[in-house]
Amino acid sequence: MKYQETTRSTHNFEECMKCTVCTVYCPVLQVNPLYPGPKQAGPDGERLRLKDPFFFNYALKYCMNCKRCEVACPSGVGVADLIQSARIRYDKTPPKLRDRILASTDFMGSLARPFAPVVNVVTGLGVTKSVLDATLKIDHRRSFPKYSGRSFEAWLRRREKEQAAFPEQVAYFHGCYVNYNYPQLGKDLVRVLNALGVGVQLLDKEKCCGIALITNGMSKQATRHARHNVAVLRKAVVDGGLKVVTTSSSCAMTLRNEYPALLGVDNGDVRDAVTIATRFVFEKLEKGARLRFKPGYHKKVAYHVPCHMERMGWGVFSEKLLRMIPGVEFTLLDSGCCGIAGTYGFKKENYEASQAVGEALFNRIRSVNPEVVACDCETCKWQIEMSTDYSVMNPISILAEAIDI
Amino acid sequence: MNTKEFDVIIIGGGITGAGTQRDCAMRGLRTLLIERSDIATGATGRNHGLLHSGARYAVNDPESAAECIRENKILRQIAAQCIEPTDGLFITLPEDDPDYQKVFVEACRRAGIDAEVIDPALARRLEPSVNPALTGAVRVPDGSVDPFRLCAANMLDAKLHGGQVRLQTEVTGFIREGDTVRGVHTRNIRTGQEEDFYAPVTVNACGIWGQHIARLAGVEIGMFPSKGALLIFAHRINNMVINRCRKPSNADILVPGDTVCVIGTTSTRIPFEECDRVAVTPGEVDLLITEGAKLSPALFSTRILRAYAGVRPLVSADDDPSGRNISRGIVCLDHESRDGLRGFITITGGKLMTYRLMAEMATDTVCHKLGVDKSCSTAVTPLPGLEEPASEKGALICECENVTAGKVAHAIDQLEVSTLTDLRRRTRVGMGTCQGGLCACRAADRLAQANACAERERNDLADFMQERWKGNFPIGWGDMLREAEYTQWVYKHVLGL
Repeated sequence: MKYQETTRSTHNFEECMKCTVCTVYCPVLQVNPLYPGPKQAGPDGERLRLKDPFFFNYALKYCMNCKRCEVACPSGVGVADLIQSARIRYDKTPPKLRDRILASTDFMGSLARPFAPVVNVVTGLGVTKSVLDATLKIDHRRSFPKYSGRSFEAWLRRREKEQAAFPEQVAYFHGCYVNYNYPQLGKDLVRVLNALGVGVQLLDKEKCCGIALITNGMSKQATRHARHNVAVLRKAVVDGGLKVVTTSSSCAMTLRNEYPALLGVDNGDVRDAVTIATRFVFEKLEKGARLRFKPGYHKKVAYHVPCHMERMGWGVFSEKLLRMIPGVEFTLLDSGCCGIAGTYGFKKENYEASQAVGEALFNRIRSVNPEVVACDCETCKWQIEMSTDYSVMNPISILAEAIDI
Repeated sequence: MNTKEFDVIIIGGGITGAGTQRDCAMRGLRTLLIERSDIATGATGRNHGLLHSGARYAVNDPESAAECIRENKILRQIAAQCIEPTDGLFITLPEDDPDYQKVFVEACRRAGIDAEVIDPALARRLEPSVNPALTGAVRVPDGSVDPFRLCAANMLDAKLHGGQVRLQTEVTGFIREGDTVRGVHTRNIRTGQEEDFYAPVTVNACGIWGQHIARLAGVEIGMFPSKGALLIFAHRINNMVINRCRKPSNADILVPGDTVCVIGTTSTRIPFEECDRVAVTPGEVDLLITEGAKLSPALFSTRILRAYAGVRPLVSADDDPSGRNISRGIVCLDHESRDGLRGFITITGGKLMTYRLMAEMATDTVCHKLGVDKSCSTAVTPLPGLEEPASEKGALICECENVTAGKVAHAIDQLEVSTLTDLRRRTRVGMGTCQGGLCACRAADRLAQANACAERERNDLADFMQERWKGNFPIGWGDMLREAEYTQWVYKHVLGL
């Protein structure tokens, strides 16, 4: 039969078999009774919303967009995509000032960076946290990521020539965190890639990937970012023939999946070229590239697979890469959300739920008692460092530390 | 309340019977409605749910078209709670006769239907799911109507006017005195209890089954059973009714209704004996999809939920084998003048859209016989707002259709629900994507508790799932089949049924 070969509707919600396994894997549903759960909010709700937008439920904002429902779904339904698209389509409440501030990671970064030492002290003060809690409803128990005085972009730009000299080139989508908060991770990546004979280029002025804009109800701005980013990616990938690496699993997931699925921005010609740094490095090593490691290096590492890494199915690359490092005593932590979900956990109303979601992961970390937790996501890092006594490193930073140049 | 004497007995709990009972009751008559099964189980519940503007009939049957638009306007006033005023499009496709649109629009205007020619680009904007290849479009005041709610509202109003209703009660014969019908013998389907009821006039409003009832009374009506098959798609593709602007044919109406949309119909003459067990054939399914996709290409790739068929109660007028050319006009037979049988009327033909007019005609005849001089007020009196302050509270019973435990409890306590199928008609339990997979067993639990009988409910559940499967079977492929297998697994291996 020519017709009815597939029954793939928008976001293919008709492929849902009502098996309900997604609700078992939803971390929010376990801790927040106000949330209807992925099946109800996703495929079931979509039918009702098509009948009448009145059926849009504002409790959909409790979805953390962790995508674990999509990983669990045996029918390949884009459950979280359905939920986020519904929020984009039907939730017309303008985002609060707080949400605008939390979501505008690159704007806030460029604002704070020149005054980093002052900003870092001020945001660390108890009184500031109380004021932010009372005025903006940003929970006072949260700590803010520190800002760096010099941006990563500026650092790499000064090394353009030196990087261009390498025989192989790659473009780096560093994201807001590396640029404004933690350039060291970018520097670690450059160190690793250089050791493999790969030079690192900047994209032609990347913007924030926009994931925080999407989840905070600022899809218009997110779409502008997406169009811009796809254009600069195209320059690097299509015109320049480069691969693009990121060190943030959420940036990678957004560039690859969220642009077409949620924002309607076609990235078909660049999508496959965007990859996470650990995968890029692992594949190079698989193909025979060699790294020299420091003799006597030892580290007990527990690896946490971030939700968006799980969604892309890429946790295995970081795992294998870490296992390759001589002297790494590796433990893979049972997969589970840490609870922060980007800006979600910063909001006062979500704090309790956020910590409750992460509790199981924190306990697993404590029972393993590693020297360091490895993880490809910056917001997981903040959450784990705030909620446990363990520090968190990106697998690339661990690799950078272990190699001998 | 145990009286067995009435002014009028109405046989048939479809929309015609319900409408007739309401009209009679509003004119002060003591009424009894008898239905062998549940309300709206025949053609009333087995159609498009289309609030015709009449445009479809404008060219070939101007009389029906004029009736439709008049009733359309009336129903919008009196039954707003049952209607979605979606409007409809009549689209011209490249293969259609381009001159037909002009003929069509003129015929519409003659019939009093507000038909507005619009730009194809505007049509695509108004209804994004429409076939983008359309070359012309006319906007008409079509809509969708919930036949079950409409039927229930009429019956409720009849009850408010003192009418009585006996469901699950079968007419087994007539009480005759010479050439006069005095009443009916009945038997309760469930308890087997037999009862006689008396009235000077009995109205046969049984749709296609009217032929059988008439025969019981000793008169013959030549009915023309015409099967119409339809497909339900799993979600709403369109928000406006989409029709083909051409001579009425197969599968050229796509109606959005509640959470789904429905494509139909076909028209096949069937033998009278098959009316109780109509099934949709693979050929009909193919035809509905291929023709339907010309209205909206999304039908090619949208999951189908069910296939079903109804039987049009047409009265044969000529030998046309397809039944398309028979007027859908109303037939009101006074068997006294026709057959010399007093106290018996048959109201048939017509369609859902004109039920109120049919009821008015039947009631006029009844009143004439009884010597009652009261005029009809159903066209200006709104139907009761379908109560349902039904609690939204409680856990979800049916996840697909958002039916709460509160709604189910209300239906069981207040709305004479005794089986899962009755419950489905009133609440939409089991009508969603999973087709009862998750909800039927939960709802059965509630019914079993209410009736304090697990064994009966187990059989009811089996019947219900069988009935769901009957609608799934003709379209059993792809996701539908996966879902059915999953459901089977749940019922067999998890629930041990």
